[in-house]
Amino acid sequence: MGTGTYLDLLLSGLVVTVKVSVLAWIIALVSGSVVGVLRTLPSRTASWIGFCWVEFFRNMPLLVQLFLWFFVLPELLPRSAGLWLKQLPNAPFWTAAIGVGFFMSARVAVQLQAGITSLPRGQKQASTALGLTTVQTYRYVLLPMAFRIILPPLTSEFLNTIKNSAVAITIGLVELTGEARSMQEFSFQVFEAFTAATVLYLLLNFVVVTAMRFLERYVAIPGYITGK
Amino acid sequence: MIEINHVNKWYGPTFQVLKDCTTSVAKGEVVVVCGPSGSGKSTLIKCVNALEPIQGGDITLDGVKVNDPKTDLPKLRSRVGMVFQHFELFPHLRIIDNLRLAQEKVLGRKHGDATAKAIKLLERVGLQDHAKKYPAELSGGQQQRVAIARALAMDPIAMLFDEPTSALDPEMISEVLDVMVDLAREGMTMMVVTHEMGFANKVADRVIFMDRGEIVEDAKKADFFGTPRSDRAQKFLSKILQH
Repeated sequence: MGTGTYLDLLLSGLVVTVKVSVLAWIIALVSGSVVGVLRTLPSRTASWIGFCWVEFFRNMPLLVQLFLWFFVLPELLPRSAGLWLKQLPNAPFWTAAIGVGFFMSARVAVQLQAGITSLPRGQKQASTALGLTTVQTYRYVLLPMAFRIILPPLTSEFLNTIKNSAVAITIGLVELTGEARSMQEFSFQVFEAFTAATVLYLLLNFVVVTAMRFLERYVAIPGYITGK
Repeated sequence: MIEINHVNKWYGPTFQVLKDCTTSVAKGEVVVVCGPSGSGKSTLIKCVNALEPIQGGDITLDGVKVNDPKTDLPKLRSRVGMVFQHFELFPHLRIIDNLRLAQEKVLGRKHGDATAKAIKLLERVGLQDHAKKYPAELSGGQQQRVAIARALAMDPIAMLFDEPTSALDPEMISEVLDVMVDLAREGMTMMVVTHEMGFANKVADRVIFMDRGEIVEDAKKADFFGTPRSDRAQKFLSKILQH
């Protein structure tokens, strides 16, 4: 470790945290949106798939899920596939992104479902009556409104994703919390190390909150009361 | 144009909303459907473009069977305009985009053509100055006129109205009815669920009276208002016409 300052350590941890969180959030948004839509379709099969996905990923502690993906999954696969998985470069990073992403996707799905069902039933009928297909109805009519409605709670979920990424330390990902811990181990300065990490987390989340505020204002609809 | 033959519909296993309903709307005809709340009139009109499925009988629209699994429903629906009680404009789209969306996505019209059509129809309902606004910035009556224009933008062969004035303040009702009267006089085929007997009297060719899921009376306007045959229709009329 001869070169570099403790600040460099923390900043490189911060970069990992940002990378893993953003990737996890993209996974959560994409898969959560698909599952959330499935849960609102009239098809029994679709809502059953959506139900299973959500219950699987939200009813287990995140820590257990990461262990499952990281330690158990490779053992369950055929030997060669398991070996390949274990030898992937950067395995903790990808596992953390996917694990946290799927965990959060259950929450995104439930919120999107709530957003869609909060829209008047007539919206779907009007769109259908104009001849739009189900896919077009969701794409052009239901989802643009549903996402606007759930934007404030989605902000919280994004923050949760960032905070949850700290759990990845347990599968060996050295992100911000991990760097703070190693800094403490080198220096025995527990208080300073974690104060620094805390400040960085706060700053990062403040940036997210501010950005989301701007986004909310940007997509706000003139004259439409969103309950704020 | 619209043929409704022995249509039966249940909600759940026991509650029958439509009981053996049979009627038709000819090309250019204006038919008003009235009746007390819960009589199934809104449900009936929603079955015409398959927004609600039916369990018995059949419905044909311009020769195409609506309740046939092989029917291309989106295509069929795009040929029939529908206006709802609560307008159902898309709140995140400007008025002009509300009128353009289905023209472009369903009919595949070019942006310029769709815009031209939208502006023409907004002029027709007197709202050309509001094209850039959002629905929430308009009054109820204006929103409903936009909704009519949005339906007309698809060049429909018939128009369905589901209680188009029930959610409006009294002073806004006439601006919407005026548009509908013009439409009727131009020969548009219309099926209108409404309590506006004045409108029925002015432009309807026929009046259908429904009660408890059944078509109780299906008569020419003059006969309906002059000498309704059923007691139920007589009572209904005497109540809503006494003021």
